[in-house]
Amino acid sequence: MLFGKKKKPLSEYSTGELIMFRFRKNKLAMVGVFMFLFVTIFILLAPLIRPYDMVVKQNISNKLQAPNTQYIFGTDELGRDLLARILYGGRISLFCSLAIIGIAFVIGAIIGGAAGFFGGKVDTILMRVVDMLMSVPSALLAMAIITALGNGVWKLVIALSIGQIARFARMVRSSVLTLRNMEYVEAAKCFGSSSRRIIIKHILPNGIGPIVVSATLTLGAVILSISSMGYLGLGVASPTPEWGTIISENKVNIQYYPYLGIIPGICIMLTVMSVNFIGDGLRDAFDPKTKS
Amino acid sequence: MSDTTNEKYLLEIKDLFVQYNTDDAVVHAVNGLNLRLKSGEKLGLVGETGAGKTTLALSILQLLPKKVGQIASGSIKYKGEELIGKPDSYMLGLRGRRMSMIFQDPMTSLNPTKTVGDQILEVLQLHFPDLSKAEKDAKVDEMLQLVGIPASRKGEYPHQFSGGMKQRIVIAMALIAEPELLLADEPTTALDVTIQAQILELMRRLKDQFNSAVILITHSLGIVAEFCDNVSVIYSGHVVEHGSVEQIFGSDAKHPYTAGLINCIPDLAKDEARLKPIPGRMADPRHLPAGCCFADRCPHCMEICKTVPPRMYEKDGHQILCHLFEEKDGK
Amino acid sequence: MLIPVILSVTFILFVILSLAPGDVARMVLGQDATPEQVATLNHQMGLDRPLLVRYVRYMGNAMKFDFGRSWTGNFDVLAEFSHRLPYTLLVSVLALLFATAIGIPLGIASAIKQYSLLDYGSTFIVMLLFSMPAFWLGTMCQIFFCLTLRWLPVSGISTWKSFILPPVILGANTLASMIRMSRTSMLDVVKMDYIRTARAKGASNHDVILHHAIRNSLIPVVTQIGISFAGTIGGAVVTESIFAIPGIGTMLINAVKGRDVPVVMGTVIFITIIVGVINLVVDLICALVDPRIDLAS
Repeated sequence: MLFGKKKKPLSEYSTGELIMFRFRKNKLAMVGVFMFLFVTIFILLAPLIRPYDMVVKQNISNKLQAPNTQYIFGTDELGRDLLARILYGGRISLFCSLAIIGIAFVIGAIIGGAAGFFGGKVDTILMRVVDMLMSVPSALLAMAIITALGNGVWKLVIALSIGQIARFARMVRSSVLTLRNMEYVEAAKCFGSSSRRIIIKHILPNGIGPIVVSATLTLGAVILSISSMGYLGLGVASPTPEWGTIISENKVNIQYYPYLGIIPGICIMLTVMSVNFIGDGLRDAFDPKTKS
Repeated sequence: MSDTTNEKYLLEIKDLFVQYNTDDAVVHAVNGLNLRLKSGEKLGLVGETGAGKTTLALSILQLLPKKVGQIASGSIKYKGEELIGKPDSYMLGLRGRRMSMIFQDPMTSLNPTKTVGDQILEVLQLHFPDLSKAEKDAKVDEMLQLVGIPASRKGEYPHQFSGGMKQRIVIAMALIAEPELLLADEPTTALDVTIQAQILELMRRLKDQFNSAVILITHSLGIVAEFCDNVSVIYSGHVVEHGSVEQIFGSDAKHPYTAGLINCIPDLAKDEARLKPIPGRMADPRHLPAGCCFADRCPHCMEICKTVPPRMYEKDGHQILCHLFEEKDGK
Repeated sequence: MLIPVILSVTFILFVILSLAPGDVARMVLGQDATPEQVATLNHQMGLDRPLLVRYVRYMGNAMKFDFGRSWTGNFDVLAEFSHRLPYTLLVSVLALLFATAIGIPLGIASAIKQYSLLDYGSTFIVMLLFSMPAFWLGTMCQIFFCLTLRWLPVSGISTWKSFILPPVILGANTLASMIRMSRTSMLDVVKMDYIRTARAKGASNHDVILHHAIRNSLIPVVTQIGISFAGTIGGAVVTESIFAIPGIGTMLINAVKGRDVPVVMGTVIFITIIVGVINLVVDLICALVDPRIDLAS
C-alpha cells in the first residue's frame, strides 16, 4: 500500500488506508523515511563493514588522519577508525532510543490504560503519580536515576525511559476514555452490531494517531538526550563509542581536525531530522486539518 | 455608456462568475449570477448549503479568501461604480460604512480578547475619526441600547454574553455607521427559534430606522416570507427564480426547484405520512453539467434540459430560469 | 496545590537515590577504617535506619533549610546552590529573552508572508535547530567564535562577552519552538471568523494584524514559553559544561559522576520548585492576556 497508486475514489478507502496515502504524498516525510532507512541499514550492517575490533584498535602511527581512502571518516587521536566508532556508536543511539520509547510506551500504556479503564480512585491515584513525574524536568530525573544506578547503557535506558512514561500514560488514558464513551453509545442500540467493525476500523486509527505521532517525535528528542548524556559522560562515557562521547573525547582536536566534530554531529542531525520529518508527516497524515 | 437604469439600483450584479482555485480542482461557486437591488429593498437569497450564497456576499465586499477565491468575470456595480478591480483602499472605505455584513455564527464572530464596546467603537474609529471620544462613546451606548443591550455592559467580553446577545452585538457593529446595504448571512441559523424572531424583529426595526437595503441570506422560506420584499432563489451559483414574495409563493408559475422547496415544508393542517424532500444532491461545483444544473433532480426534466442551459424568462418582474416556460414568454 | 506535589516528588527522589551506594561513613573515615568503626559512625549518622525514618529526618532538616553537606566536596548544599544559582539564572533568562525577542517576530512575519523566502528560510532554520544537539552547536560555535576568530572568550565568566554565546546556545531550541509556535498560532488566528468580521468592518490588513491577530496568537505562545523553560533547565547543564560557567549545571554534573547524593537530591528538588513557580507565573500571565480564563481557578 505504501507504494501503490490511487485507484478508487477517496470516499471508498478506510481510514487507515487514507492515512497511508496522505503520508505517501508528503515529500518531506518520504525523504525522512529514506534517510532513516539509510542510517538504520548502515548501522545494522556495521559488523559487515567494519569488524568490532576496529572500534578499539589503536594505531598511534595513523592518528589524526583526515578522511582518506583507507579510513573513510579519518582517525582520531589514538588512531582509531572513526567510521567504525560511528557505526557502532550509532547502534547505541538507535537501539537505546527505540528501547526507551518502547519501554516508556508499554509502562505508560499499562498505567494510562488502567486509569482510564477502572476509573475512580485508581484513576485519581495513578494520575497523581503521573503528574508528579511530569513536574520534574526529565533531564534532571534521568540524572537522579543515574546517580543512584551508576553508569552503563541499560541504566541509561532505564533513566531516560522513566521520564517519558508520563506522556504516554496520559495519551493512552484519554484514548481509553473516548473508547469507553463510544461503548455506551453502542449499548444504547443506536447502531447495529456490524458497526463494531466500523468503530474498530475508524476509531482505532484516530486513537492511535496521536500516540504514534508523539512516539515518533519523542524518538528524536530521546536520541538527542542520549547523545547529550554521552557528551557529558553520564550513563555512557568514553571509551564506549557513542555519538555524544565521540564528540566529547575529540573536543581538544576539533579546532584543527574539524572532521572529528563535523561528522558525528551530522550523523546525529541527519538521524534526528529524518525522524522529525517522519513524525511531522505522520501528524499531517492523521489529521490534515492541522496542516497550515 | 450611461444607462439610466443604473442609477435606480443600489447594487447591480451582472453575469458574475466566482470560483475557488483549490489544489484538487476549480470549484465554480457562482455561475453567471444576476441580481439587482434598490435602495431600502429587502431581498431574500434562498438556497441550499453550497449554492453560492455566502460566496456571493463575500464577493460583493471583495472579501474572498485571497489566494483561493477569484472573481473570474462579471460586474458588481454599487451606486453605478464598478467594484471589481477597485483597489483595497477603496473597499476599506465602503466596508463597515456603506456596506456591512453579519455572519452566520455569532459564537465565533467576535474577538474574544477585546471588549464588546471596543469592537463596536472600532467601526467609528475606522470611519469617523473626526468625532471626539465622547461623541463616539455616546454613539456606542446609543447603539447598544437600540439592540437591547444595557450600555453598562460594554466593558465586558464576548464570552460573557449568550448567543442571541452576541448576534445583537454583531448587528450593532454592522449598523452603527448607518450603512446603505446590509448583508445578513443566515443571521439566525445558529440561534433558537424564539431568539430568531427577536433578532428578525430587531433587524426590521433598524432597517426601517436607517433605511438600509438588506440582502438576507437564508435557507428558510419561512423567514423569507416574513421579512423580505423580493426573493431570489439560488441553485448551483445561478439565480433560478426571482420575484416578489407574492409571486414566489403565490403564483402558479414556479421553477421546479422552488416548487420542490415549498413542497418540503410539511403542512400542519394536513395529516402527512412522509416528508417530501427533493431527491438527489446539488451538482458538484467542480464538474458542472452542460445543460441545466437542476436537470438530474427535476421532475419535469426534458431532453433539452440536459444539453442546453436554460434562459431567464420574465413576466411582470417574475423571472424563472427554466426551459418549461419557453412558451409563456414571447422571447 | 504545588506543595503536595513537591512533597511527593521529594519522597520519590529520596527513594530513588537511596538505591545509590553511599557508604558515607567509610568516606568520612577513610579506607583504613575497620568495619566496626564504619558501623558505629553509620549508626551515629542515622544511616542504618529504615528508609521512612531517614526520609522524615531529611524533610525535618529541610524545613530548617538544612539540606545536608556534599559527600565529595566540602560544602553545604543549600549554600552552594544559592551561590551558583544567579549565574545559571542569568544565562537562562538571557536565553529566554534571545529566543522570544527573535523567535516571536520571526514566526509572526513568516505567517504573514506565508510561502515567501522568509517563511521557507525560517522553517528551514527551525528544522535544523530541532535536529541539532545543543552540545554540538555549542562546541562548534565555541571553536569557531572563540578559538578560531577569537571574538569571544572561550570559557568562564570574566567579561560581559562571556554572556553572549552561552545564552544563544542555550536558547537555540527555545528559539525554534518560538518561531514554530508563533507562526502556527498566527496562521490559525488569521483564519478565525472574528478576523473576517474585522475585515468586514473596514479594517485594513495592518489593523487586523496589529489590533486583532497578535494578541490572540500570543496566548498559546506564552504557554509554550513555560513548557520550554523546563527543557531549558536540562540544557543549562550542557551549556555550563561547555563554557565552564560556575552555575548549578556544573555542580550537578560533578555530583552525578561522583554519586554525591545530597547534592543531587537538593539540586533536583530546588530546580523542580523553581520550574513549578515559573509555570504558575506563566499561568498568571495567560490569565491576564486571555479574558476567557478565570483567575480564580
